[in-house]
Amino acid sequence: MPNYFLDNPDVLFHFRNLDLKEITALAEDNYAQASQFNYAPTDYEDAMKNYEKVLEVVGDLSGNYIASRSADVDHEGAQFSEGHVQYAHGTQLNIKELSQADLMGMILPRKYGGLNFPFTIYMMSVELLSRADASLMNIFGLQDIGDTIRKFGSEDQRQEFLPKIAAGEHTGAMALTEPDAGSDLQAVKLQAYQDDEGKWFLRGVKRFITNGNAQVLLVLARSEAGTRDGRGLSLFVCHHDGTVKVRRIENKLGIHGSPTCELQFNDTPAQLIGTRRFGLIKYVLDLMYRARMGVSAQALGISQAAYEEALKYARERRQFGKTIYEIPVIANMLLDMRVLLESNRSLFYSATKCVDEKEKLEEFIEKRKAEKQPVSEETARLKQITKAANLLTPMTKYLLAEASNKITYDALQIHGGTGYMKEFHVEQLARDARITNIYEGTSQMQIVAASGGVVKDVLVEYFALKEKREYKGGLSRLATILKDIRALFLDSLKYVLDKKDTMFQDVAAKDLVEMYSYLYIGYLLLDEAEINERKVFIANRYIVNALASAQKNAAAIKGELFGDLLHADKILL
Amino acid sequence: MHNSIVLVKQVPDTSNISGQVMKEDGTVNRSKLPAIFNFEDKVALEFALQIKDRTGGKVTAITMGPPRASDILRECLYMGADDAYLITDRKFAGADTLATSYVLSEAVKKIGSFDFVFAGRQAIDGDTAQVGPQTAEKLGIPQITYAEEILDLEKECVRVKRKIDGGFEIVESKLPVLITVLKDAADPRPLSAKRLMAYKGAKSLLELEKLVEGNPLLYIDKLMYEYKNRSLFIPTLTADDLQIDISRCGIKGSPTKVYEVESVVLAGSNPMRFENSKNGMSQLIDILLEDRILG
Repeated sequence: MPNYFLDNPDVLFHFRNLDLKEITALAEDNYAQASQFNYAPTDYEDAMKNYEKVLEVVGDLSGNYIASRSADVDHEGAQFSEGHVQYAHGTQLNIKELSQADLMGMILPRKYGGLNFPFTIYMMSVELLSRADASLMNIFGLQDIGDTIRKFGSEDQRQEFLPKIAAGEHTGAMALTEPDAGSDLQAVKLQAYQDDEGKWFLRGVKRFITNGNAQVLLVLARSEAGTRDGRGLSLFVCHHDGTVKVRRIENKLGIHGSPTCELQFNDTPAQLIGTRRFGLIKYVLDLMYRARMGVSAQALGISQAAYEEALKYARERRQFGKTIYEIPVIANMLLDMRVLLESNRSLFYSATKCVDEKEKLEEFIEKRKAEKQPVSEETARLKQITKAANLLTPMTKYLLAEASNKITYDALQIHGGTGYMKEFHVEQLARDARITNIYEGTSQMQIVAASGGVVKDVLVEYFALKEKREYKGGLSRLATILKDIRALFLDSLKYVLDKKDTMFQDVAAKDLVEMYSYLYIGYLLLDEAEINERKVFIANRYIVNALASAQKNAAAIKGELFGDLLHADKILL
Repeated sequence: MHNSIVLVKQVPDTSNISGQVMKEDGTVNRSKLPAIFNFEDKVALEFALQIKDRTGGKVTAITMGPPRASDILRECLYMGADDAYLITDRKFAGADTLATSYVLSEAVKKIGSFDFVFAGRQAIDGDTAQVGPQTAEKLGIPQITYAEEILDLEKECVRVKRKIDGGFEIVESKLPVLITVLKDAADPRPLSAKRLMAYKGAKSLLELEKLVEGNPLLYIDKLMYEYKNRSLFIPTLTADDLQIDISRCGIKGSPTKVYEVESVVLAGSNPMRFENSKNGMSQLIDILLEDRILG
């Protein structure tokens, strides 16, 4: 009977070292809600106890119920017939139990039936759940479209949509992508028009809509006829009524439990969310922070599952008179996987906290403004945090999704031939991981998004502070290596900027973003190593390896690896 | 609207037996085994909660056991029980099924009006399956054992599908009735996050007394009042509260005596080999049939 929260020492390590004091105090209005709701915490300690207890429930459901259904869900998949989508039997049970456990509105306010949890705790739940069944995240994780309605919708809209989402009666979908608007959402065509009374209607087609069969749809549509860019797009919410037709669901490589729908809107009545023209440039961008973290959590959960499978198999499989675990080459692979996994997790929870704090500060500032209180101090802090969130969110999505592919790849490799067979779970994990670096923005798009902050060196002050710190014993050697990586990064950055060549900068961005990530993660791991002896091993392998990688990144940039791009037509036969 | 009382029990987790669990004399060393919620009782609670979902009413869980049995009462509250009672007294210790069912039936009477009493078919520590039926007898109400499903439910009548050898039968009973359920009859619902947060601090009288013991600033009456006010008090019933015949309780009221304890070690003896052929297989099957392992 594994509990995916309690059986995972690294998740527990992060949970115990999460400092959510400020975030929780902001979210709980200094614990004023306790008088109104019997499940609201009375102080920080009580809040943490609540989170721990609920994570135990998530861990129990994940490890003991959802995981055992995952293979059947993968095999059966979501089904489509006569315009109707049906989840796999196991998925239906999963949703039922998650609803019974009150987990479908984790970050929604209590007055709409939610738990009012910090985003970070919700993300931890997504990690645990994705380890059991990655495809379930695409339904469970969409509860946070409710958060977009809460933030930008009207009170009437909140009353109309949120309680049913929190109760698990309704699930949600984000209908953004269209046949000709994937990475380039500015090209969205789906038409939104008003009748004489000013009521809105939607007409057009959306494609690749995850959970598009959901009862509540957030739709990005062109409300300003004649416009062509993102400023002509608005965000709408509508019910999945008879005017919305599911035309087909996709036959996919992985995440079979999650139906990916093509939707046709035939003059569907819809409600405008917030202000016209803000659809993409404000609301979708805001939603993307959380959506990208959600996919990162999914990737992390898959990585954990794949690592567990590989370790278990290596300890059982005997060849040459011993277990393959005892063969140094295999042990070395497992160590690489473990270090990648743990470094991913450190980055992840640092990023979720950053997004969490950003959102809570935004709300706090709005509230203070409404009360006509001064906010200059908070606004300055919000600016800093937003910069960090803008960097960390895409960086996390990029690294964790790629790592998930790497870890499932290696886990399958450790299984040898059996890993290639359907009977072994690792095969499913490798398929499920493959989408994580594609949807919610491809890795290439994440690099573009992260590179702005990297080129501006937005963490310059943070790194300067870290460089001044003294680290004890063996850690000082690692701190020195991080200084060397920082020098390599600055040198490479200067080289790129001096060239004043945007094409070169675009292709060099990947190396620059990676170098920046070594520094950020490296310092996180150093700090962890200071409080946990075992983490010294993780920091050591990570940072030593990071130096080698940074040297390679720097060599690619300064060695003019990309010079042949100009001759691509001659090379690409 | 139907009110239900559910009999639940905390049991040693016999699925995790290790070397230190059995004492020299062959009895179970309970302190070495984790205590868990008897699974069939959880199914019984699920039945009661489903009745509540169907027609409304109240669900009350009761357990007779040591103070630490409050753990499963809290779990009942997390799952959806409206109330939970701890029936505890040193005088109840060492009870067999006769004495247990006597105390439980008195507690049920004391707690009040009900349409259903639910219980698991049996507890995994004793495996007697007697406490449910005996409790029904003492309450003077009909009983339906081995229930698999509640079919129809009317105001004063219920139709239940129960398992019998080789199939099932459908029986009807007037209410109130005691029903014991099988483990596959329903999946117990997960704990509700909201209830978990709301009731995580629920405490029985004995647990509150413990708090007071270590802290001279606390007074038990005040504390009890406070916990009751916040709906966090798990009512506790002792022999005095129930005003029952002590000679029928605990070890005194238990005619069952352990006659002998035998430590059985299962090990292979007289291994036989069969050749890997059709003939060999037939020989093996014959022997298995002869030993009544097959068939």
